[in-house]
Amino acid sequence: MEANIAVNSDNKETWSGGGVKPFGASYGKMMMWFFILSDALTFSGFLAAYGLTRFKFIDSWPIADEVFTHVPFFHGNYPMYYVAFMTFILIVSSVTMVLAVDAGHKMQQKKVALYMFVTIVFGLIFVGSQAWEWKTFIKGSYGAVKTTDNKIIQFVKNGEQIALADFVKDSRADGRVQHSRKNGLWFTNEATISQYSVAQVQEAFKNDPSLQVRSEKIDLATKKKIVLSREESLKQVAKAKLVVEGANLIDNEYGNPIFADFFFFITGFHGFHVFSGIVINIIIFFNVVLGTYEKRGHYEMVEKVGLYWHFVDLVWVFVFTFFYLV
Amino acid sequence: MAGHTHESNKRIWIVLAILSIITAVEVGLGIVKPDALHLHGPGTSWLNWIFIILTLAKAYYIAWAFMHLEGEKKWFRRSIVWTGVFLICYLLFIVLLEGDYLYETLAPLIKW
Repeated sequence: MEANIAVNSDNKETWSGGGVKPFGASYGKMMMWFFILSDALTFSGFLAAYGLTRFKFIDSWPIADEVFTHVPFFHGNYPMYYVAFMTFILIVSSVTMVLAVDAGHKMQQKKVALYMFVTIVFGLIFVGSQAWEWKTFIKGSYGAVKTTDNKIIQFVKNGEQIALADFVKDSRADGRVQHSRKNGLWFTNEATISQYSVAQVQEAFKNDPSLQVRSEKIDLATKKKIVLSREESLKQVAKAKLVVEGANLIDNEYGNPIFADFFFFITGFHGFHVFSGIVINIIIFFNVVLGTYEKRGHYEMVEKVGLYWHFVDLVWVFVFTFFYLV
Repeated sequence: MAGHTHESNKRIWIVLAILSIITAVEVGLGIVKPDALHLHGPGTSWLNWIFIILTLAKAYYIAWAFMHLEGEKKWFRRSIVWTGVFLICYLLFIVLLEGDYLYETLAPLIKW
């Protein structure tokens, strides 16, 4: 009956909101849930924006399982295995978090600490994997060329995409060096320059008649990128203005620039959530070890950070689907 | 909260198994991409519908079992779930429809 009375913070129950428990949930837990709800809406906004852009470019969007094909320490084409592994890691970390909360209910300090620790380790593995994904994405694997009408064209031999290094034999010979503040105009610099010059790629392409070009355009009947005829390919290559290797916010070898922008932004925002989740978990882990919650008489704080950690997992499930599967 | 402690451990492992199996099925379908599912379907492909439904199933298990929504009071749960579901559906409806409109309007203007 006292729900609308401000709670006096002198009674040292600020974080539990005193004895007031609307819906049977403590103040802290309820606010964690409402924060999670608002954060979920933020992520929905991002994913919806991704959806809009994808629908807008439905006939030319990069095909995810041609982009994410790498597994650390293995060479070859393994679409999605690694992301699936990351998903599994995050689900398992959720399970250890649940076990920590459960041990908290039973007031088993040592078990809570152990499960929190395992959760943190899994979280670190996930963030490390994501960093590796980014590195691979930024570095690129094939290289492509951007034409004067801002289309990305990729190179194909016998129906399979091949890397620039597979058909451009010589190293860059035009003497072009990266322009930096130190060696040029003091107020400007430029990004890393490509391994090969445009002229070199054009020359090598002309000399090998077995090469073709793959455009960004998707054949909606087969859902595959359209490979141009040799004649059409030569015309497109003649329009080349930039060699693109890997990805940044302006160009990427996979196709539409906004694809990479969304990749960096959405997985980055999620990765930042995972990172902050790990930091919070570490803080709570130390509180558990120091016996803070043992003295307090309950482990509700573990439950609250647990909610946040599960939320990170929940978001990843959606990011995984809409970025890698759909 | 209390009263679930003995039962919950078994349930956690079952949920872990369900989530792992769903993920494995998703990845399997994503790699194989059977033509019958990949190239046909209402609105988007059948395959995409399967992915979306499986994802929602995963989200349900994470929220209900891991985040323990099933143990909260009914109207507390509803204040969270209904709000989120309503706003997200509304946003998706507007934004995806707009995306499709943009495609129909702009795609004919792009030269390939």
